[in-house]
Amino acid sequence: MSEDKRRKLKQISVFLENRKGRLWKAMNVLSGAKINIRALSIADTSGFGILRMIVHNPKEAKKALEADNFVVKVNEVIAVEVMDEPGGLDELLGVLNQADINVEYLYAFVEKKSDKAIVVLRTEDVDAGIAALEASNINILNADDVNLL
Amino acid sequence: MIYNEKAECMSAPEKEGLQLKRLQDVVKRAYENVPYYRKKLDAAGITPADIQSLEDIEKIPFTTKSDLRDAYPFGMFAVSTDDIVEVHTTSGTTGKPTVSGYTAKDLDIWGEVVARALSMAGATRKDIVQNCYGYGLFTGGLGVHHGGQKVGCTVIPISAGNTQRQIEIIQDFKSTILTCTPSYAMYIAEVLEREGVLPEDIKLKAGVFGAEMWTEEMRNEIERRLNLDALNIYGLTEIIGPGVANECMEKNGLHIFDDHFYPEIIDPQTLETLPEGEKGELVLTTLTREGMPVLRFRTRDITALRKGECGCGRTHVKMDRITGRSDDMLKIRGVIVFPSQIERALLKIPGMEPNYQIIATRPEHLDELEVQVEASPALFSDEVKHVEQVTRSIEKQIHDEIGLRVTVSLVEPQSLPRSEGKAVRVIDKRDMS
Repeated sequence: MSEDKRRKLKQISVFLENRKGRLWKAMNVLSGAKINIRALSIADTSGFGILRMIVHNPKEAKKALEADNFVVKVNEVIAVEVMDEPGGLDELLGVLNQADINVEYLYAFVEKKSDKAIVVLRTEDVDAGIAALEASNINILNADDVNLL
Repeated sequence: MIYNEKAECMSAPEKEGLQLKRLQDVVKRAYENVPYYRKKLDAAGITPADIQSLEDIEKIPFTTKSDLRDAYPFGMFAVSTDDIVEVHTTSGTTGKPTVSGYTAKDLDIWGEVVARALSMAGATRKDIVQNCYGYGLFTGGLGVHHGGQKVGCTVIPISAGNTQRQIEIIQDFKSTILTCTPSYAMYIAEVLEREGVLPEDIKLKAGVFGAEMWTEEMRNEIERRLNLDALNIYGLTEIIGPGVANECMEKNGLHIFDDHFYPEIIDPQTLETLPEGEKGELVLTTLTREGMPVLRFRTRDITALRKGECGCGRTHVKMDRITGRSDDMLKIRGVIVFPSQIERALLKIPGMEPNYQIIATRPEHLDELEVQVEASPALFSDEVKHVEQVTRSIEKQIHDEIGLRVTVSLVEPQSLPRSEGKAVRVIDKRDMS
């Protein structure tokens, strides 16, 4: 696997209709398939929601959800480690702002085994995002590591 | 107010005699001058001489919208275009429009029937008719215009839209009769209220509303808010335009001007003629048109006929308010929409699943269309922005196809109902009964 590829983390996103019980149904499918969710965020609009998740096995998760008629996409995001203390995210976003890179969305979770927080982010141009972060010596996590955390 | 007492209050035998004579004439004219009819009657083994009684009309094959469309543009004309002085068309949203051609005499007849309609609303030469039906190829605007002038009213050819201006004119010109779609009348009422204009402050006394289905509740609402008598007008481009039928002040059914348009009700499935009072599809034959005679046109509108003298003194047969269609056509804010058009628009989108459902509602007083489509990997992405772009582009595609703004909602795959037979594509929640 190339170094570049390793920096891109696989995320699955699921289309959810704004209807009672749909989020539960998605979780129920994943639990049935024994898939653990590392991180999750939901973007909601008046008409629909987008459920985004980092799971240890995106391929399996996609398969299970699709079998239950969910629309699922797998796409690439960047995972960055920041110190779980004031200013952590500020530095990260400052770098992207400086490089004039637009952030589509981000969400974060705290890693239990260390005192670090992990920020999952999607820049408009993922490669440009990676390049800018690397140039500023920000630690992009190895995708395999994150999925397996 | 009866515009033409002789024609409108004829005794039954007198009327039937006139109808038969006119029917024989029109069949003969159609047979001799329109190749389409000659072919059709020949194929059915009918000659004009076979029309010996009014019942004999049942021998004549039906004419459908697609027959008229196939004849686009002038194939149904029974006279040379030299003698046609005006043409109108349907909107043509479902393919080629159907064309209607009028000779000078046809325009005179059109003016006459609309004059009768406006007179039912009390119009006299003293009245000021604010005509907010669209002018142009659509028959509404000019049809009412011809009739209003025949009565001798002052006609304001303001056409549809620009509500602010409509309100100004209602106040400044002191319009007494309003002609538009019922939903537009409701909208005008709302704007008047918003501007703080009281019903007592305007001079409207009657409204002649049509071009879409509406209910008794809506009539009551319009009457209360605009302080006028709201009457139902019916017509269609294929037959002449507005003025095929109109309600009198009794407000319980529309008088069909049956000395010019001969009505029948058929069962849309068996195509058999139904007796008086039974609900079915309205079929119309033009008895007097020169430019474009139309025999047994299937309107697809569902209604029932009622004979007998009306409280107003007229003997024209009455038809009930239209409550539905015998096909899946929708009339949204006066515009005809077929599910097939929406399907065509949807299928232009790459990756679109052909599963959709159309939901018509009337949340306030204007019709709304929602189109639900099933999300698919091609339409979906992890970004809200992108998914919204997709729904907007579907909305635009549909708008380009049908000329109406709709709301597109993405639903989950497999969530729209499937059926074994004909899919239920349209859910009409407008409650027209």
